[in-house]
Amino acid sequence: MNNIENIIRLAHGGGGKLTLQLIKEIFLPAFKNSILEKLEDSARINFNGKNIAFTIDAYTVNPIFFPGGDIGKLAITGTINDLAMQGGIIDPFISAAFIIEEGFEIENLEKIVKSMKEECLKNNVKIVAGDTKVVEKGLADKIYIITAGISFIPEKVDLGVHRIKEGDAIIVSGTIGDHGAAILSTRYDFKLSNSLISDCASLKDLVKSLLENDLEIHCLRDPTRGGLGTILNEIALKTNFGIIIDESKIPIKNDVRALCEILGIDPLYLACEGRIVCFSSWKKRNDVLSIIKENPLGENAMLIGRVTSKFSNKVIMKTTLGVKRIVSMFLGENLPRIC
Amino acid sequence: MNEEKLRFIDEYRNKEILLKLIKKLKREIDNPIKIMEVCGTHTISISKFGIRRLLKGKVDLTSGPGCPVCVTPNEDIDWIIELCRKFKDKICLTVFGDIMRVPGSNSSLFIEKAKGADIRVVYSPIEAIEIAKKRKDLKIVFFGIGFETTAPSIAISLIEAKKLKLENFYLYSAHKLIPPALDALLSLGEIKLNGFILPGHVSTIIGSNPYKPILKKYGLAGVIAGFEPLDIIQALLILNELIKNKNYDVKIQYSRSVKPEGNEKAKKIMNNVFKECNSIWRGLGEIPNSGLELREEYNDMNAKLHFDNINVSPKENPACKCGEVLRGIIYPFECPLFAKACTPNSPIGPCMVSSEGACAAWYTYEDWKKYKKMMKNE
Repeated sequence: MNNIENIIRLAHGGGGKLTLQLIKEIFLPAFKNSILEKLEDSARINFNGKNIAFTIDAYTVNPIFFPGGDIGKLAITGTINDLAMQGGIIDPFISAAFIIEEGFEIENLEKIVKSMKEECLKNNVKIVAGDTKVVEKGLADKIYIITAGISFIPEKVDLGVHRIKEGDAIIVSGTIGDHGAAILSTRYDFKLSNSLISDCASLKDLVKSLLENDLEIHCLRDPTRGGLGTILNEIALKTNFGIIIDESKIPIKNDVRALCEILGIDPLYLACEGRIVCFSSWKKRNDVLSIIKENPLGENAMLIGRVTSKFSNKVIMKTTLGVKRIVSMFLGENLPRIC
Repeated sequence: MNEEKLRFIDEYRNKEILLKLIKKLKREIDNPIKIMEVCGTHTISISKFGIRRLLKGKVDLTSGPGCPVCVTPNEDIDWIIELCRKFKDKICLTVFGDIMRVPGSNSSLFIEKAKGADIRVVYSPIEAIEIAKKRKDLKIVFFGIGFETTAPSIAISLIEAKKLKLENFYLYSAHKLIPPALDALLSLGEIKLNGFILPGHVSTIIGSNPYKPILKKYGLAGVIAGFEPLDIIQALLILNELIKNKNYDVKIQYSRSVKPEGNEKAKKIMNNVFKECNSIWRGLGEIPNSGLELREEYNDMNAKLHFDNINVSPKENPACKCGEVLRGIIYPFECPLFAKACTPNSPIGPCMVSSEGACAAWYTYEDWKKYKKMMKNE
């Protein structure tokens, strides 16, 4: 690695360029196999003729309670969503591990478990295995939750970057950056407005309705860490296509924009926890859009751009002023500027 | 999606008005003009909104020493890193986020944090005070960088710390002042300019008056501008008028924030806590009276006096051309390291690190390969 020093920094976990570098240079060479190589949100495994989605995710969010959810809700919806992005929507099962810091209030653990339970009930998902570890005070920050998920993929459903074609429509299912903005404003204790609420939600039903209708959906992604900008760059890099998006079409809440303007942060790199980026055939774009809009999570869905052969490996944005500029890959840290 | 506008933002990004004004500006400029901006936020706006491309052939926009992280020399960064190493587990360093990735002579604060130094990013120095109140077992050091914009709020935090009789709060002041730097830059005579887009935030504090004698001396015009596309284009329209009429004055375009006399209250607070001192600028060297140091009344909070046995021997990477970039004599892409050894991912110079740095702005937003080709063909 060509870093100044070979140690892990926070940015290696930020979901941007450094995370990718870590995966490519350390994890992939060691564990190389045809399933992992695809680097999708879930692995797709063929098992006796049936396709299964299988995933795992660790949740370390700070603060653990935030407007719109908590670490428990996130640990369930996040894993359901990772499965759903591969089409894993049939009766998912989840296992959960808890790493708890000594001194953590049981009352808070109960609150977290309650919201996990509620989210499982809502989505008809069962937690079927678990583990608990307690570590000495100071060795973890309050609580970490790791959830793995497994689910069948409906027959004939094949989603992934490999299916993206030139000309595909790119649709986002709602406003971007809500989760990232809610976390930032809570962390920095900004009392800007009460409407910075995380979009944390399960996308299972929305994905189900997309797959039930014959919509020529090619690839689904949930833009979590690193946000929309990172997802699009990852896809541009993997497909050798270019991506062109229209700034004026990207749905962003005014309060999120305001927070970003104040902090000097680009909302394109703020995490979402309840949004889909959907790649479908251009022909079916309007049908896809109307199906998404029928779902309560999709009322702000927008067609934001398309896949092109023009700029290979690049994401280009037509700005509101009509100028084209590059959207670069996220570096891994959202650092507020000085002034 | 609600289509309501974001006040103070969207009206200054109106495409129709902007294109109209650009047309007018291009029509009114007879000979191409070269303008320098001296604020990192302007640098980013110009690149991010594509203003440079919209004005190609008429206005040549170049960046000056306006990014606070970029002008902070290795001396200061090395000192802070050495402090973290020497007093590990005894101090907590609080900083603005921008400085974290800036490489000093042989490390950065990010690396030191990863190695176990207690370094916390804060948005306001008041947060550092809060930490100091809670953690009496630690000495809390705030790394104060930035121009006249940030100095008043840091001054307030010192006044607050004094009021609270906090005995564990220290400031390392690396604050800098813009007008003396402009004077120093122009006195070098390296760069031929027609005028300045002057910083909106700095000028909100100091007003327009301090620039006037300097620009007059060198026969240059200046306009204090806001940060939105319409602000910048309007500022250029005013600048062009001044240049045409050889009127070497300083005008305020950013009138919704800046008054000629500045913010008297903020200036007073700043003056009560800080005094002028000589200061070293990356790329410009030591400039007389261009920095701010704590007054004697605040000696017990002065990190430089309290931790007096820290020695550093700063080294610059000889290939890094940040100095030339900060003086406006080369474009970022003319540096041999640009986009090769030096990228935002593994930066060598501060101008590539800071979210307000000229190199980062060019790398992130501009089609620099095209410009490079154009310059070769000229």
